Amino acid sequence: MRVPVAWLRSYCDPGLSAAEIADVLTMSGIKVERLHRAGVGDPSAFVIGRVLDAERHPNADRLSVCRVDDGSGEPRTIVCGAPNVAGGQTVAVARPGAVMPDGTELGEAKLRGVRSSGMILAEDELGIGTDHSGILVLEEDGLPPGTPLAEALAIADELIEVEITPNRPDAMGVYGVARDVHAVTGAPLAEDPTAFDVEPAGADRAEEHAHVEIADTEVCLRFTARVFEDVEVGPSPPWLKQRLMAAGQRPISNVVDITNYVMLTCGQPLHAFDLDEVRGSRIVVRRAREDEAMTTLDGVERRFSSDVALVCDSEGPSGIAGVMGGQVSEVSAKTTRVLMEAATWVGPNIMRTSRALGLRTEASARFEKGLHPELAMAGQRLAARLMVELCGARLVPGTLDAYPRPVAPRRVKLRLGRIGSLLGEPMPEDEVHTVLERLGFEVAPDGSGRLAAVVPPSRDGDVQREADLIEEVARIHGLDRLPATLPARRRAVGRLRPAQRLRRRLEDALRDRGLSEVVAYSFTSPSALDRLRVDPADALAIRNPLSEEGSVMRPLLLPGLLDAARHNAAHGRPGLRLFESAHVYAAAGAGEGGDGSDPVQMAEAAPRGALPARERHHLAGLLTEAAPSTWRAEARVADFYAARGLVEALLAIAGVEWRAEPGARPFLHPGRSATVRGAADGRELGWIGELHPLVAREWEVPAAAAFELDADAIDELEPDRGQDGYRDLTSFPAVVQDIAIVVDEGISAARIEAAVRAGAGDLLRSVRIFDLYRGEQLGAGRKSLALRLEFRAPDRTLTDAEVAARRSEIEAALAEIGGALRA
Amino acid sequence: MAEPAAKRRLEELGAEAEAAVAATGAASELEDVRVRYLGRRSELTAALRSIGDLPAEERGAVGQAANAVRVRLEEMIAERVASLEADELERRLEQDRVDVTLLGDPAFPTGHLHLVSEIRRELEDVFVGLGFTVLEGPEVEYEYYNFTALNHPPSHPARLPQDTFYLSDRVLLRTHTSPMQVRAMEAGGPPIYVVVPGRVYRPDTPDATHVPMFHQLEGLAIDEDITLGDLRGVLLEFARAVFGPSRQVRLRPGYFPFTEPSVEVDVSCFVCDGTGAVGSERCPTCKGEAWIEILGAGMVDPNVLGYVEDSGYDPERVQGFAFGMGIERIAMLKYGVPDLRMLWENDVRLLEQFGA
Repeated sequence: MRVPVAWLRSYCDPGLSAAEIADVLTMSGIKVERLHRAGVGDPSAFVIGRVLDAERHPNADRLSVCRVDDGSGEPRTIVCGAPNVAGGQTVAVARPGAVMPDGTELGEAKLRGVRSSGMILAEDELGIGTDHSGILVLEEDGLPPGTPLAEALAIADELIEVEITPNRPDAMGVYGVARDVHAVTGAPLAEDPTAFDVEPAGADRAEEHAHVEIADTEVCLRFTARVFEDVEVGPSPPWLKQRLMAAGQRPISNVVDITNYVMLTCGQPLHAFDLDEVRGSRIVVRRAREDEAMTTLDGVERRFSSDVALVCDSEGPSGIAGVMGGQVSEVSAKTTRVLMEAATWVGPNIMRTSRALGLRTEASARFEKGLHPELAMAGQRLAARLMVELCGARLVPGTLDAYPRPVAPRRVKLRLGRIGSLLGEPMPEDEVHTVLERLGFEVAPDGSGRLAAVVPPSRDGDVQREADLIEEVARIHGLDRLPATLPARRRAVGRLRPAQRLRRRLEDALRDRGLSEVVAYSFTSPSALDRLRVDPADALAIRNPLSEEGSVMRPLLLPGLLDAARHNAAHGRPGLRLFESAHVYAAAGAGEGGDGSDPVQMAEAAPRGALPARERHHLAGLLTEAAPSTWRAEARVADFYAARGLVEALLAIAGVEWRAEPGARPFLHPGRSATVRGAADGRELGWIGELHPLVAREWEVPAAAAFELDADAIDELEPDRGQDGYRDLTSFPAVVQDIAIVVDEGISAARIEAAVRAGAGDLLRSVRIFDLYRGEQLGAGRKSLALRLEFRAPDRTLTDAEVAARRSEIEAALAEIGGALRA
Repeated sequence: MAEPAAKRRLEELGAEAEAAVAATGAASELEDVRVRYLGRRSELTAALRSIGDLPAEERGAVGQAANAVRVRLEEMIAERVASLEADELERRLEQDRVDVTLLGDPAFPTGHLHLVSEIRRELEDVFVGLGFTVLEGPEVEYEYYNFTALNHPPSHPARLPQDTFYLSDRVLLRTHTSPMQVRAMEAGGPPIYVVVPGRVYRPDTPDATHVPMFHQLEGLAIDEDITLGDLRGVLLEFARAVFGPSRQVRLRPGYFPFTEPSVEVDVSCFVCDGTGAVGSERCPTCKGEAWIEILGAGMVDPNVLGYVEDSGYDPERVQGFAFGMGIERIAMLKYGVPDLRMLWENDVRLLEQFGA
């Protein structure tokens, strides 16, 4: 909202600069977005002038050559193009050098051979109106030529643009803003402009002219209307136009301008009907019938859902309640009878309508915050005074007032001690009183540290409880004046949980092994899952996605890594090592761990800690190159073993015993992929593998290897991270022996190791495969492995005989799987 | 007594051998010299062996002289060996010289944490130091936790599908980390001091300052006597830890449904040191305001405590504060990242700039 500072000062002038006023507002709850000047540059170049005479330009039919007294002694010659210029007029004059509102500087100029020294101004040229049909002719008002124009018209103004929070509809009017300035600074506040009414005239009654009825009390809390006759529709006076222009509203006609002016003053939107165009002279408030249509004031035909509240006459809609009026009963130049509406609509309904229609107006922006029904009559009072004053109208006695459930003033109790205990600093009782009274609360102390405050209607929505009153006191006192203290923290200790520390360790391990972390969207597209051969039907779907691209919650991290790889490959960075650490999602009850409740059927009751979906924290990596080439080494390709090496490192850090089982996921190379399982209970921890070539092709990435681990599952295993205590590996030497065996190609390293361990018994401390060989002399379908065995006893040096005995047991065990010792 | 001829000969031999040792240029030559003068067939060895053949009165002097020559020669050879080895090592080291300006062996060039992770960890550590524990929570959330129990009336516009992703009537993607306030209080009674980092979602069409997924860090402290002043003190510590030790914080009134009073928190600009100007130019970071809006906060609304009264949160007995900040906003401020969308593009040219 734009708050013209001159207008604001007319209600409360704290003797501060506009910037200082802006600071006061920001620090007391009305955030100032911008402070800027509007109107002309240096106002001293603009003065009142009198046209001494005006003659037709010798060389141009449409121009007049005027002699103008601008108080400088010597009349100045001004060439003027306005059709209405005439001798004797009091006009606004810009002297050469004047800076116009659009920033241009006025110079002296020859117009068709006649030197023109200045300009007689139209209101649009001053930025105080929109009329350009002729020059602005001022009332004489005893203003002698040479008087600064600024004394007659607000031609230069400062504007404060403020952002109003939803709880402050009162600040959607200049007077409400002025009240905050008053409360903070203590500068006097002018009488509420809505406090006075105008005397009606005539013996008739409003009820004889029109009838109003609320047919749906769920959308309308109050509907008031007044009738005006003998209305003379015309332009508004300059001061009114200027205020509207400064606040960002176009002046239209005095009647319409009055409705806008009242709204900008006190926050209550009004609507003026041409009463002669209200069919049946009857207003009914109801909701729209499905697909009902009407043309609004902006000339657009709009269709409504049955949620939309309408203001109707006896033949149909004549306005969208609280949003915009209809063309049918629009006030025009012919209008002489006006029905002035001031209603109170239900905020959420107006907000839904405004959003559904994509039509947010000054009125809807105020109604959606929720106005108090008392405000409707305040608006009527100010409007009536202006209608009589500016339009020469007769106010017909009586107000049509449909107000089914009158709202009583709210009383809120406040314990003064609570202020200090909540804010951290006690506040003197008299300051509390003063602040609340300045804000318009009626305060009644009870002498025992408590008080009761009657809430002004404009604040009723926001101030309903003790905490709300404390906020009022705090914001005017100045939140920034509160002390900065730290909590006593009698029983709280800060630390990361083991699972959180482990996750950081794992992420750091990947980082230190050359992988860079990505953050990808948690949602993906069903087609991406299709391309991974994962059924999109199993993924959680978003009902209102921004696009198909992000319409399902990802059940694994891989698609985000693939997208990132594709992006980088397309930007000339093919060799990549990436990882992500984030949640994946599945329906509750999918797999173990969910609470079994179907999210779609969840009852309205409090969930009591239940989880609506199964979310797991995953850690996944993708390599399109295991290590980059250097000046002395080739790049290492990203194959299964490159990915497996990373998984080995991660699970070693986590202290998890695990095994790899062949075959894993449909998006992986069937012969080069594995499922990772915990050794203890066979629980699935994730997968490792090279990308299926078709998947790699879909993402336009080169061959790549990847892995994905369930970090939550690792944590649930409660791995012991080397916390068994000390083992003595130094007192007695180990015996190391290498053996080479030949086995069938189909025998896995895991089976060989298992056989070796079975044969070796307790003395075998470790077994490591350090060479793999295939060759003609072994025969087709055979391979040779070299194993390094380390034997150790904790309590003695092993003898050759002991080791030899173990070794023959190992040979026997290997023989059982078809393995033979190689000479 | 005249010197025996044998002794003179030995001295001659010694001098000759010394000259030979000094003349050697390599360890291999030195070995030849050693064999020649100290070997089994050398004159000195022969002389030592034949001492017994000498007249008895000469034996002592010749024997001593022979031994002296031998010891001296051995010492000289040892010295010469050491010297030659040192020379040779010197030469080899000279030959082994490398171009030290070539890149080191990058067997595993280190990677990078994402900028958001780096800042998230920094924030977690700051608040752990201030006595908070770190919680995480579900991103797929019940409307109840995301809105209802946070005092959003049923008609609150944030609930509309324009502002919230829905999975079903009552299940949504959390729009803020605040639902964990309620979950955390349900799970454990006061006092409670927690921060909750995590992903949140809003259906905003992506542009430079909006993305449909971003990260927040929520804070909650409830005890018997937590005040708004405590909030100010905690956030001052946070601001100084993250933005520099001379920062100030400023509390302004704000509005959130789940706090009362609600405050907006500004930190004094760390680029212009809260002056609004860099040199004679308007500060580009705070736009000349001297303050930067950094987060929303407030005292937990009694209505929110009312939802967890069963868990020990009697609004008449306990009170506290909550705050929520955008991690990306801090990233953009601290590092000048101009466009939020870049953060999720995962371009390594961006990733490699942070989190090493």
